[in-house]
Amino acid sequence: MMATPFLTLENLQVTFEIRRPGSWPWTPPRQLHAVNGVSLDLAAGECLGIVGESGSGKSTLARAIIGTVPTSGGKIRFEGKDLAEMEPGERRAHRRDVQMIFQDPLAALNPRMTVGEIIAEPLVTHFPKTPRAEVKQRVAKLMERVGLLPNLINRYPHEFSGGQCQRIGIARALILEPKLVICDEPVSALDVSVQAQVINLLMELQRDMGLSMIFIAHDLSVVKHISDRIGVMYLGRIMEEGDADRLTTRPEHPYTQALISSVPIPDPKLEKARPREVIVGELPSPMNPPSGCVFRTRCRKAQASCAGERPKMITIPGEDHKVACPFHEAEALLEVTA
Amino acid sequence: MYPDKTKMESLAEATNLAEVKGRSLWSDARTRFARNKAAVGGLVVLIAILLFALLGSFFQAWTYEAIDWKLMGRVAQIGGPSVENGHYFGADELGRDLYARVVQGTGISIMVGVVGSLVAVIVGTLYGATAGFFGGRIDNIMMRTVDVLMSIPFMFVLILMLVIWGRSITMLFVGIGLISWLDMARIVRGQTLTIKNKEFVEAAIAVGVSPFTIILRHIVPNLLGIVVVYATLLIPGLIMAESFISFLGLGVQEPMTSLGALIQAGSKQMLYGAWWQIAFPLFFFLATLFAFTFVGDGLRDALDPKDR
Repeated sequence: MMATPFLTLENLQVTFEIRRPGSWPWTPPRQLHAVNGVSLDLAAGECLGIVGESGSGKSTLARAIIGTVPTSGGKIRFEGKDLAEMEPGERRAHRRDVQMIFQDPLAALNPRMTVGEIIAEPLVTHFPKTPRAEVKQRVAKLMERVGLLPNLINRYPHEFSGGQCQRIGIARALILEPKLVICDEPVSALDVSVQAQVINLLMELQRDMGLSMIFIAHDLSVVKHISDRIGVMYLGRIMEEGDADRLTTRPEHPYTQALISSVPIPDPKLEKARPREVIVGELPSPMNPPSGCVFRTRCRKAQASCAGERPKMITIPGEDHKVACPFHEAEALLEVTA
Repeated sequence: MYPDKTKMESLAEATNLAEVKGRSLWSDARTRFARNKAAVGGLVVLIAILLFALLGSFFQAWTYEAIDWKLMGRVAQIGGPSVENGHYFGADELGRDLYARVVQGTGISIMVGVVGSLVAVIVGTLYGATAGFFGGRIDNIMMRTVDVLMSIPFMFVLILMLVIWGRSITMLFVGIGLISWLDMARIVRGQTLTIKNKEFVEAAIAVGVSPFTIILRHIVPNLLGIVVVYATLLIPGLIMAESFISFLGLGVQEPMTSLGALIQAGSKQMLYGAWWQIAFPLFFFLATLFAFTFVGDGLRDALDPKDR
């Protein structure tokens, strides 16, 4: 079922320590579990989509994988090697193989640097001896590849539109020819027509360069369009994961079902006719998550037993589909339109 | 109907060849600064004063230490400004040429301001950016050190230093350099805290750029605007501090002088009607201060248009 594991997360934990302002240095800080026991596999050349509402820990998960946020438990294995046990040299090489595309296209570019300098930065950092002419040539080639005119190489980020800025961000992520690209909500700041362009560009690049990709978004229709597999996150945990088509057409977890029913259908008749499940309330505080199943406070199927133990991942027999709910049942929903 | 293919190709080639020059935030700021009349006026005055301090000595008839014995004792009566005897600005109470002394004093005063603010820019920026970027315990230790240094009454210490190690220009520079960077370090640290959470810094960390390079390449250029503004506005403050010390009689040593020392000497002679002895140094003092302040204000408006 699974190809060779390219990236494996085992029970990954990321905890932030929150100190109350003005507290004594020796009072223990409160723990915020941003990512709480996530296990995922990613095969080479595959695109894994991660969805979840704001504050569910998607971005923290991404930052843990690229290593800008320290993990507090669990393992990240990249091509079989544990990230925590890497030597500094290996770690540097790993940095080369994993790149990230950010949410806010303009904020991710240094306003004082030209586009050429921005795109070349990873190259210059990892291969400082590359001759200038070659750097420039590679930058120009890549700019063309992502749909930017190479003669704009000396322009500054504020002279570009949001979509163009995101293309610059993509070019910067690709210049080292990485193996894994993590996209942290790369299109949520763009308008819909530009979203489509950027997503199609990403898909094209993924296919041509054989990239593995982790694509984070809160918009299920976008994720479905680009991903091979999808993981649904809620309050730092994976609720359901599986093949993208199966998960979006036959979701088993009540949270996924609610998420899918909240995606509007661009046909008013169908949209009015279909049953709606609306999740009420807000995400509980990750400082003080509910016991047992974290979704139980907002779940329509919640029962007394949900408060007890943390639900196990149940594999649906014969399918690439796992769900963390003992009361899971398939529900035929109208298909998500991409 | 279709466009000529060769024409299209040549057009494509032309657009390919011509690299478009980008408009950096700096060039934008330059345009905004040029539109601000008060700031440009200030800059013109400032350049004029700088030229005066640098080149004024070529036009002097007397050196700043030579005493015109003919005027001795009768300075108030015949020592006024005159072109004939070469004392364009008159003479001081000892009969020394005031023009030469104002040239020399302006130079010293501006140098104190510029050196002090250079120290502030270099030390303060690096110190503040380092503290802000690393955060945590390093930040705490570094900034508490600044707090402690700041709580020392600097004027008092400076006067003590001048008394103990003797009055000299070097001592003055050391003293002013020691305190001028403290405020700058605080400002820069605060600014760094906001910049380091921007995504482009995170992107650089993710790429694997070393912390020191991040500070120099990503953080410092983005806070340079604030630094430049603050440095320009710091110069008048330092000139005033130097003038105050000189006014107390502790600054530069005779026969060298500074604007503060000249004003102090001139204020004593006002009683005897020697108005020129205070008027000329005071004019240059005020003109310098105003010019720096206007330029600083103009730079602030030009460099962060959002914060007005």
